[in-house]
Amino acid sequence: MPEARVIPLRPDDEEPRLPPPSSASWEEQVADGLEFLRRRVTGDYDTDEFGFDPDLTDHVLLPLLRPLFERWFRVETHGVENVPATGGGLVVANHSGTLPLDAMMATVALHDDHPARRRLRLLGADLVFDLPFIGSLSRKLGSTLACNEDAERLLTGGELVGVFPEGFKGIGKPFRERYTLQRFGRGGFVTAALRTGTPIIPCAIVGAEEAYPMIGNVKTVARLLGLPYFPVTPTFPALGPLGLVPLPSKWLIAFGEPIETASYGPAAAEDPMLVFNLTDQVRETIQQSLYQLLLQRKSVWG
Amino acid sequence: MPPAVVLVTGVSRWLGGALAAELARDRAIERVIGVDTVPPSPEMLRRLGRTEFVRADIRNPLIGKVIATASVDTVVHMNISSTPAGSGGRGPMKELNVIGTMQLLAACQRAESVRRFVLKSSSAVYGASSRDPAVFTEAMQARRVPSGGFARDSLDIEGYVRSFARRRPDVRVAALRFTNFIGPRIDSVLTSFLRMPLVPTALGYDARVQLLHEDDALAVLTRATTGDFAGTVNVGGEGTLLLSQVIRRLGRLQVPLPSPALGSLGRFTRRFGFVDYSPEQMRFLNFGRVVDTTVLREEFGYTPRYTTEQALVDYASTVVPVIPPEVVAGIAGRAQALVTRVGATAGTVGERLRPAPPSPGLRAVRDA
Repeated sequence: MPEARVIPLRPDDEEPRLPPPSSASWEEQVADGLEFLRRRVTGDYDTDEFGFDPDLTDHVLLPLLRPLFERWFRVETHGVENVPATGGGLVVANHSGTLPLDAMMATVALHDDHPARRRLRLLGADLVFDLPFIGSLSRKLGSTLACNEDAERLLTGGELVGVFPEGFKGIGKPFRERYTLQRFGRGGFVTAALRTGTPIIPCAIVGAEEAYPMIGNVKTVARLLGLPYFPVTPTFPALGPLGLVPLPSKWLIAFGEPIETASYGPAAAEDPMLVFNLTDQVRETIQQSLYQLLLQRKSVWG
Repeated sequence: MPPAVVLVTGVSRWLGGALAAELARDRAIERVIGVDTVPPSPEMLRRLGRTEFVRADIRNPLIGKVIATASVDTVVHMNISSTPAGSGGRGPMKELNVIGTMQLLAACQRAESVRRFVLKSSSAVYGASSRDPAVFTEAMQARRVPSGGFARDSLDIEGYVRSFARRRPDVRVAALRFTNFIGPRIDSVLTSFLRMPLVPTALGYDARVQLLHEDDALAVLTRATTGDFAGTVNVGGEGTLLLSQVIRRLGRLQVPLPSPALGSLGRFTRRFGFVDYSPEQMRFLNFGRVVDTTVLREEFGYTPRYTTEQALVDYASTVVPVIPPEVVAGIAGRAQALVTRVGATAGTVGERLRPAPPSPGLRAVRDA
């Protein structure tokens, strides 16, 4: 009987009624939040010897940074395949943008866009760890002091370490010098990589320069506050706290091909010429990559 | 070769007494001599067993006579005070620590019988600042040399012990840099600090804390006295905790105060011999300190039985939490149940509110 058909008695069978997805996830989210709060109140979570708190990072700090990463700066990540999925590696990047937002965005990029969800352990200046709140939060986010002892300890432990060799010279440079790399410190990062035999991964970050374009530097105020620079941007300090909102520039982060260091052997760290050459090689690679990314980007806001 | 005659200074404190008692139990050791300025408590005296107690001040040359007449071959120096409260002010504390050590070392240098010197030092020698590496190995030094207090005393003491070792190369010297002690019986700066129901800390800072259980401290001291390790070694449990985490795990309430307020609170409480909030202690509370224990495990040959976490758990059994974790878990559980109920109710209400489905009869007609 080809014309015979099943007449459904309950139309529900035709379109299976799914529970509204929003309400279920809402309940789960509240449950997760409650469990998180319980852990926080009773101290039932792990931290490492550097003060890194993965529980807080995953549940509070990264979710706070994610909207900035996805919606505000619309960060595009290139070349994550150049970052090893396991083992130590030294990510060396250009530094810019008055506030170290570039470091935060690189952390989110490697955690969210890398298949192994790698954690970037940043190295920061001692000023960062002197400041109340900022210092302790940085440690909880996985940062530690930029010194060879800490860098080598992290690299030996198989961590991915993020370093900005330009330091304050890079992050506090005026807007007109944007995307020109400053001097790369004393090459301490190269010796750390050589001693531990870990690869150096050059990383170029485009977009941070326009987030807080620094058009002036009030040196007197900086000296009074004990800061390396006191920035003047088109919105800060003119608009007060509102001036802290970064401009919505378009960001591109590119990880370059790793520079292998294991074949030199740990003794090579004592050879200053090799250290200088490697430092220059990394610097040149990042500068080239910056120019390429700038050509690729259609407009500053695009 | 086990030592024949051991002299332990600071025997009236818990750790010194415990070490003397442990050594007295070892039949291979002929004599154990305990020295302190104050006599041990009756309970401690019972535990000390065959230990001979000598009431002497190590700041007094008399100590030299004790060492010479008993022909002591091993000296364990533990009479080092870490808080001004415990020794009647900063002045007497410094005198006991520095002058006392100098006197003791002077006596040891004269005594031909001395073959071994064990110093109970502290990881405080590394200081605590924002410029320090996260983890100290024995070869590192404080980036900001401590300018006062216990840390300065410890540095001075280690300096004197090093010059003693140079002058008497035949004496094997071991310096043990202990992290903060914790445990149910020991009385340390940290244990009294954490016994307070409200724990004032520095606002905006969170220190990394590495703990050592009292049993491990005792085992390391015993091994250092009877073994032949020479050199400097960090002694601490595996793993670290943040100060805020320690306070939470103990069910204490953390009261973050701005650093200047904490300083005045410290002066106030110190007057009552309460808790030490000296500038040095404050720096420790701000930045904390972690040491690498590879030398302890590989060269010294001891792996602490308690990790930092386990040591804290053992200590926690002796403090009554202000916020018991069961209560927190209970509240979280009830809130969880409430959420589930609200969710379920919202689900049914949503179902009721949904427009009634078309009746099957009509549908059948349409389908036909």
